[in-house]
Amino acid sequence: MTSVKIPYDLSAAQFSPDGRVFQVEYALKAVENSGTAVGVRGRDGVVFGVEKLVTSKLYEAGANKRIFNVDQHIGVAVAGLLADARQVVETAREECSNYRYNYGCPIPLKHMTDRVSLYVHAHTLTSSVRPFGVSAIVGSYGEDGPQMYMIDPSGVSWGYHGCATGKAKQAAKTEIEKLKMRDMPIRDLVKEVAKIIYIVHDEVKDKNFELELSWVGEVTGGKHERVPENVFTEAEKYAKVNMVFILF
Amino acid sequence: MATENILGTGELWRNGPAPGSLYQFPGNQSSQTSSQIGPAKRTMAPTVTGTSVLGLKFDGGVIIAADMLGSYGSLARYRNLSRILKINDSTVIGCGGDYADFQYLKSTINQRVIDEECWDDGFQYTPKSLFSWMTRFMYNRRSNFDPLWNTTVVSGIEDGQPFLGYVDKIGVAYEAPTVASGYGSYIALPLLRDAYAKNPNMTMAEAEQQIERCMKVLFYRDARSLNKFEVAVVTKDGAMIRSNIEAKANWEIAHLIKGYE
Amino acid sequence: MARAYIANRVTDKLTKVTDKIYCCRSGSAADTQAIADIVTYHLNFHKMEHGEEPPVKVAANVFRDLCYNYRDSLSAGIIVGGWDKQEGGQVFTVPLGGMLTRMPFATGGSGSTYIYGYVDSNFKENMSKEECLKFVSNGLALAMSRDGSSGGVIRMACINGDGVERFVMTGDQIPKFYEAY
Repeated sequence: MTSVKIPYDLSAAQFSPDGRVFQVEYALKAVENSGTAVGVRGRDGVVFGVEKLVTSKLYEAGANKRIFNVDQHIGVAVAGLLADARQVVETAREECSNYRYNYGCPIPLKHMTDRVSLYVHAHTLTSSVRPFGVSAIVGSYGEDGPQMYMIDPSGVSWGYHGCATGKAKQAAKTEIEKLKMRDMPIRDLVKEVAKIIYIVHDEVKDKNFELELSWVGEVTGGKHERVPENVFTEAEKYAKVNMVFILF
Repeated sequence: MATENILGTGELWRNGPAPGSLYQFPGNQSSQTSSQIGPAKRTMAPTVTGTSVLGLKFDGGVIIAADMLGSYGSLARYRNLSRILKINDSTVIGCGGDYADFQYLKSTINQRVIDEECWDDGFQYTPKSLFSWMTRFMYNRRSNFDPLWNTTVVSGIEDGQPFLGYVDKIGVAYEAPTVASGYGSYIALPLLRDAYAKNPNMTMAEAEQQIERCMKVLFYRDARSLNKFEVAVVTKDGAMIRSNIEAKANWEIAHLIKGYE
Repeated sequence: MARAYIANRVTDKLTKVTDKIYCCRSGSAADTQAIADIVTYHLNFHKMEHGEEPPVKVAANVFRDLCYNYRDSLSAGIIVGGWDKQEGGQVFTVPLGGMLTRMPFATGGSGSTYIYGYVDSNFKENMSKEECLKFVSNGLALAMSRDGSSGGVIRMACINGDGVERFVMTGDQIPKFYEAY
């Protein structure tokens, strides 16, 4: 019988001979096509910033947001396929709700991350499903202070002081590394995060974008929420002014 | 709730056979156990209970009050229970009746508030929307013959107007400028209605004074009450709850009484 | 028949649910043992998933969950006490209807009604370990002497960050009060 070459990248259920699961790697590619998302963990909380690319001027402003509330004390910023992200976020919400129902208190972020990672990982095991094309940065503030993790399409997660995902993750990480975030309050960090998003945005290729900023920490009373209008305006102004400095 | 089915029972179905086995028909008593006979058992009596809740509208706001006693029959068992729940800056509820059911209601509402926040669309519960949900929720539970043993007062500000509503354990609901539950509906409500009729545009201070007076009268005449209560005031500036308030009681008349005739 | 018969005169109603969380069981022995077993299972699971000791409030909530959802078929009044690194020593109570509240101290069971006067007049905040043991053993002794359905031995457990210390008082060790009327 003549042998027919079978590609190794059609199913997540199959390894390639050199031990790779191509479907998961393609999912990572999907994440890299998306606008950048940044998370920074400071002294008294976590800040998220997202570069939401707007591909048409005909779209309504503020639609298809990429920062989500999952529980009162937990927020998620995502990069990748938005529809996939919503599914992951919904799972996270269920985990939070179930934990509250069973144990009467807010879920520890580490625990939620582990459970959601398990769910994401389950989609890398079988041929009947496609992995999630999503990297999700999750952050919270509670009894154990600020915490932040990132969940990858492969189903692994790491804890971070600062992380970035999406198109310009490399450039963003370089910028984050310049911050002394461990000693910084989130009131200052929110400006830096806005600045990073403005710096890494590719004006030529991507043209329009909307900045999304959210935080969870002491200043919000442990609640994850979008930053108030005045903070947003201030951060955006700071970003625009300081970005110019770097360019010239 | 994750563990409940549509019947709200947490079981597959009532009085039916176990999955995989057959229905029992009359005359065949052989394998019927005593637990399958008779009606399904439900909460038929509250255990730890709170007494009245009062509510009164005033010019630009609404005020509600409830004492902090959790009675166990006639035993004044818990004297530091909060029966008022702040939902957000414009909505507050107060609850009488079974305290365990109130805690269940509280966790259900809290989760719904979180779910609402997750939508992130700028909407949140308003007094009217919560009141509307409460009526359906309470009526639904009573229709499953498993009522939540509570009377709830829903209060707040919506579109600049004060809101005050009442929902009981079978889902009877109404709005009124003055409401009271339990013993309060006999003792305090006439006083509140009288005060409201005489002065329908009370100031906040006047309303607070009326509520405090009613709480004092209830302490005098309701044997399941305590002279330590909470007051919630909702105005356009937000919802504020004050705890551990004590009304100044007056027992002077005792000195006028000697003997019993 | 035999409502006054004592099936076990040395029952241990202090039941461990984790290394640093215990519960006091009152009501039906069968119900409360079953509840304690289920809670123990859940807390072991919780501990495995989180890699650390569950907080006392989590334990109390699991008790509440069971007692509330099955309130019509259970007869159980439970006090949950323990120590955790977040909030130190804590006492919660889950009475008959399945409510849950944290308290500075808690009493329960048939004998408790006889000693409200004693506990209300003798409780002080921030008592030492010795004062607490005295407070508890006196309270129990008074309840046992007035309540026909209480009695036998006094069992106590002191829980703190170092672990659990258990005490048993029998016969002559049980405090005595005025008994001439």
